[in-house]
Formats: sequence, structure tokens, C-alpha cells
Amino acid sequence: MSEPTEQSVRSEVRAWLKENWNPKLGLVEWRTKLAHSGWGVPHWPKQWYGRDLPVKFNAIVDEEFHKTGAVGVAKAGIRTLAAATILAHGTDLHKEKFLLRILTGEDTWCQLFSEPGSGSDMAGAVTRADRQGNKWVINGQKVWTTSAHKAHWGLLLARANWDVAKHKGLAYFLLDMKQPGVQVHPLKQMNGHASFNQVFFTDAMVEPEMMISDVGDGWSVATTTLMHERRGADGTRTWATGSKRKGRIYEEERAEVATTMEPYKWYPQRAGRVDLVLERARETGKIDDPVVRQEIAKLLIMSKASEWTARRARAAQEQGRPQGPEGSLGKLVSSHVARQAARVHTYITGADALLSGEDSPMNGVIAEILVSVPASSIAGGTDEIQRNIISERVLKMPRETSVDTDKPFKDVPRNITAS
Amino acid sequence: MRFSFTPEQEEFRTSLRRLLDARQPTKEVRRLMATEAGFEREGWQKLNGELGLTAIHIPEAYGGHGFGVSELAIVLEEMGRNVVCAPYFSTAVLATTAILNAGTEAEKKALLPGIADGSVTATLAFSEASGRIDGAGVATTATKSGKSWRLRGTKSFVLDGHTADLIVVLARRPGSKGETGLSFFTVAGNAKGLERKRLKTMDETRKLARLTFKNVEAKLLGKAGGASAPFAKTMSQVLVCLANEMVGGADRLRQDALDYTKMRMQFGRSIASFQTTKHKAADMLVDVELAKSAAYYAAAALDEGDDDLPALASLAKAAASEAYLQTAIHAVQMHGGIGFTWDNDTHLWFKRAKSSEILFGDANQHRELMLRHWKH
Repeated sequence: MSEPTEQSVRSEVRAWLKENWNPKLGLVEWRTKLAHSGWGVPHWPKQWYGRDLPVKFNAIVDEEFHKTGAVGVAKAGIRTLAAATILAHGTDLHKEKFLLRILTGEDTWCQLFSEPGSGSDMAGAVTRADRQGNKWVINGQKVWTTSAHKAHWGLLLARANWDVAKHKGLAYFLLDMKQPGVQVHPLKQMNGHASFNQVFFTDAMVEPEMMISDVGDGWSVATTTLMHERRGADGTRTWATGSKRKGRIYEEERAEVATTMEPYKWYPQRAGRVDLVLERARETGKIDDPVVRQEIAKLLIMSKASEWTARRARAAQEQGRPQGPEGSLGKLVSSHVARQAARVHTYITGADALLSGEDSPMNGVIAEILVSVPASSIAGGTDEIQRNIISERVLKMPRETSVDTDKPFKDVPRNITAS
Repeated sequence: MRFSFTPEQEEFRTSLRRLLDARQPTKEVRRLMATEAGFEREGWQKLNGELGLTAIHIPEAYGGHGFGVSELAIVLEEMGRNVVCAPYFSTAVLATTAILNAGTEAEKKALLPGIADGSVTATLAFSEASGRIDGAGVATTATKSGKSWRLRGTKSFVLDGHTADLIVVLARRPGSKGETGLSFFTVAGNAKGLERKRLKTMDETRKLARLTFKNVEAKLLGKAGGASAPFAKTMSQVLVCLANEMVGGADRLRQDALDYTKMRMQFGRSIASFQTTKHKAADMLVDVELAKSAAYYAAAALDEGDDDLPALASLAKAAASEAYLQTAIHAVQMHGGIGFTWDNDTHLWFKRAKSSEILFGDANQHRELMLRHWKH
């Protein structure tokens, strides 16, 4: 068979859609058909709902779907991380059981990594996995779990061996969230939203075959999940949006997107809403205040330079050249931008910044910026962790002397958490 | 807009870096900066000739190589890396851009080939005792007498003004105000009635002079009374070039400080293993890379044409001013005591950072200018 080209891919997918797309089908029915054709995730292996196409052709396939108005497979949310992890490390059983239902959107997922006692030090997880008879029994607590209250399945990192060093005693499980041993409570944040959950395990059960890889491999499997998470969070992610077309299948898709994206609705405010600054400064007249002008200019310089730095990184990537250091700075810079934006919004808003909700400017948007920005330097890797990553991986500086990696984990001092 | 360098540009950068490392290591910079002129003609002509540096962005019609600002910016970045002590910025950036922007075809043909082949050094004299960088701040007057013109007034902070063979001067018609009545003139460095005094500079690698014009004969460059627009354009280009020179210096300084922390041992371990040092080094990288992005973007914008140029030029200069000085402050700190000694090279860059921070307007001034011109 000849090498696929842009042209051949385009005409193939077009022909397939012409033959098969039917907006009268139900969402799951259509997606099942789509998944089996391989056009839903063409970069996946042929054996598992893909077509083994290079990832660069995805844009062309998306374009054809868009033109036809055809609905794609479920792509938003933690389910994509689950799929990537299962594809990379899962057994055939895992792939058979989960991949199709991920693509059809029937199953939603959550990520059970962070704990109250281990945030930046994620490998210090103390949620226990104990083998009892023919089951793994899970006890402990996870936190910052997006969409846990809706999820059917969870990606769980738990400690199965306490007699070996920190990174070596972890196991990675695919956990059924709909069981009596799993309790989910919303976690209210300082900005009033509750986008995340706390998840409590009391003798929750996992079948042994639902462990990915082996006891001791949990950390390296989790690294795959995290790598995909970071890739998605590099600022180039486009928010999932449903088509505006009319019809049952579109309505079903819109409902799914709305549910998946609900926890993220304050994220633009978390990033500081630089887009509002000049307009607000003109409205309030603060654009004429020389001190405020200086702060606005500092913000615009940082935000533009950050955008251009990301473009430099992308340009290098597109030319197939190794990225320079500019590729590792985005996360840290974005929290600098967010903080400066919050400062500027405060200067611009004056006394009105004391208010919140409908009493405050833009029906609470400005107030929401001020109390959401602190999350930007914590979530997805704190500024401190980002600086460690930059200094160790980019600048090749030595690691901090570690005190917890060369002894059994049971002997490592750790936080006392309420159970 | 272009966001990466071409393989040819990268290759040019590599050979340039090799050349400058060989010809102007800091030992040589220190020797030259201690001289009255700040350079030696023979040595400079040889170095310039090897890669045709002053010819880079002069069009081929005037004896140059006809490259863009992006290539010129590469030269400046590399010169900034080595705190090169030479009349390059004055000749290739200040004077050359002013001539290119203002001069008639005949004037360009007469003036530029000498600059391109390295036989003529030149500069642009625009600011005066106030240090202002706008046309409105010019008080020096030009009066027509027969076919030629006569200049009266005092220019200050003139880069390499005490040595330049050719001086481009911004002056005004007596009685005119603001941005009107401004014209460019050219004056020979040894003209009668021109007094040149080298000013003692904090950054010894950057020589500045005060020029007093006592009824000095001058030739008009371009249109009488028409210098305002070409001067504004020249300033945008000058700022972008300076920003690129600055990020080159900042990046080198950052790298040197990082290398030092990796070899310095205290408390039985490399100080590069302390988190406080690592986090500072990470912050320095962020500062420098962001400033680089702004400088590169502005240079590309000059080549590709962008009507928001004055804003982008000020943005790049403001970003570079903050980043370079902050990098220099951190670099001294990371070196500790040795970083405060004369023998250690860090102060060469610290002073260049400080002089560049202020030269042609500081960050506060350019942030304000940027917002005034902002169209993005």
C-alpha cells in the first residue's frame, strides 16, 4: 500500500462520511460506528479503533468532520488521559473493556492522584492498596478530583508496598467509582466554585486484573498520564465546544460538553483576563493615570512576550528542531501574567473591587478574577515545582539532596491526615 | 510573522560568535575600553572586514550586503554577548539608518559605501544636555548660508562622537518648535568650529561625547525641515537594535553566572544544588527568554512591515531594560564577593546593562510610549 498523503486521507475520510454520516442516529450509536471505522481517532493503532495514521493528519480529518457537520468521538475531559494511559500500558482486557466506551462517551473518568498529604510530592501518596484474598482493598483519601461525582471510573495511584522506597511501592489501578466503598464530596474553593471533589475510600474493591502493569510500576504509569495532562495544558488547548446545529445528536453532544466543561468555567478568570484590561481602563478613566498606565504596560509586555515565546517554541517544533528553553517556561510565565493582571484589575476597579457578584463590575467577573488568580500558581504544578523543572531539566542544575528516596517509605516522615 | 531563524541565519550567528570570541575576549575588551578612542582603527577594520559587519543591512546599490534588520539584529545580539568594544552601534545602526531613512539617492551613494567597506566610522547626534530622545527636545539650530548650512548648539550623549569620521546631526530652523523645522545634516568629524569632548562613562565599553557646534559648516541630508518622520523611524530601528544587543548580553551573563554556581562549592555541596539558587536561575531564564522573544519579534516586524512599530520598538526596549539589569543584579549576587571585584568580568556586563537600561530612554519612558502607540 502506498504512503498516505494529505490528499488520500482527505478523500478517504470524505468518502466514508458521505457513506455513513447520519445525524438521525443517537450519539452512542453513531460513535460506535465511527470508532469501528477508525476515523474517530485515526492516529490510534488499527487494532484499537484507529488507522495508524501519523498524528499530523488529524487536522485534515477534523476539517472534513467539521465541513460535513459530523459529530466526533468524545474528546474532552479526563477520559482522554485514561485512553492515553490504557493505550500505552494497559492489557488487551483493559483496552477491550474501556477504549470503546471512552470514545462513545458512555464512560467518564477521573484522576485519583493528589492527596491532602501529597500535592507537589505526588509520589508520596499514602492511600493504601492491600491485597486481601482475590481483591485489592483500597483505603484513604484523594483530593482535587475533577468530575469525580460524575465519573464511572477512576485512575488511581495507591501504595501497595510500604517496605520499599517511595517511588517503588506504588501501584496504578482502574477503579470502579460506582461502589459503596467510594464516597465523593465536593470541595468548595476560595472563589466559591466547587469544581473539584474529595474522594474517600473505605474498603473499596479492585479486581487484580484492573491493576495496570505491576506493583512498583505505578509511578511510571502515572508519569504517562501526567505527561498527557501537561501536553494538554500548554495553552494551545482549544476548549471543547459543541456544534450549534439543530438535531437530536447535536443536542446530546452539547449536553455532554456542557457537563464536561462545567468545572472549568472560571478558568479564564484564573488566567487574569488580560483581554479586558484596556477596555476597562478606558471605561473607568484609569487609562489616564500614569501609575496605572505603567502597570498596564508591564502586563501587556509580559503577556505579549509570553505569547511570542510560545510561538517560538512551536516554530522550532514545526521545523522538527529541538525546542530551546523557551518551550518549558509557559506554565510559570502564565502565573506571572495572571498575578500582574489581577493587580492591574484592582488598580483599574478601585473601590468597586471591594464588591462581589451582581454588585460588582461585569456582574462579578472582575471579583472572580481577583479570587481565582491564586490558583494559577498552584494547579497543575506549582511555580516552585516549575522552577525546579526548569533548573534541573533545562539548566541541568543538580537535584536537591533528597532525604526520602533511599529508605523504606514506612520510615519516611509524613503528614498526619484525618481518616 | 516569522518566529524562528533560518538555517543560514543560524550559520551566520555561529561563525560570528566564533569570530568575536577569538578577536574580542574580555581581555581585549578591557584593553580597548581603557583607551581614549575605545577602539583601534586597524584592528576594527580587520574584524569588520572579515564578515562585512557594517555592510550587513546596507543595500547592494550602496556597497552593502542588502540583508534585513533581522540579520543586523543577530550581529548586535552577538556583539552584546561579548560586550564588544567598537564603533559599531554608532556607525552601522545610528548613522546608517538615519542616512537610509532621510538621505536622497545621491547622498546615500556618496555616504554609505565608505561605511559599508569599514573605512568610515560615523554616528548620529540628536540628544542634548537634557538627554531627551524626541525631535522636540532639539535646540541646536541650523541656518542656511549660501549653498551650505551653519550649525550652532551642543549635542550630548553622542555615541562615539569623539572619534566618528562622519557625524549626522539633527538640528532645527531657528524659531521652529516641536517636531517641525527639523533637518538632518552631515558634518565631518574634524570640521572647523566643532569641539569634541569625550565624557567619562560608567560603562567604559560605551564611549559617549559632548559635541559643541560653533558655527560649524554642514551639509543638508535629505529634505530641509523634513527630518521628523525619518528620525522617528530611525529611533524605532535603533531601539529594536539596542534591545537585541541587550538580550545577547543578558543571555551570556545568565549563562556565565549559571556555570559559576555549578562549580562553586559551599557547605560541602555545589551552590547550584540549593533551591534558592536554582529558582533564581530559573527566573533569570524566564526574564531573558521573554525579552528575547520581544526583541526578535520587533526585528521581524521591522523586516516584514508592521504599522504598530513604534509600540513594538518601545515594548522590546522596555522588556530588555528590565531583563538585562535584573539579570546583572542576580549575576553579581550568584558570584558572591568575587562578583564585586574588578578582576571578575561580571561588572563589564553589569555596567553595560546599566548603560543600556538608560540609553535612548528607560523602561518607564518606553512603557508610556508603548501605550501611546498601542494598536494591538
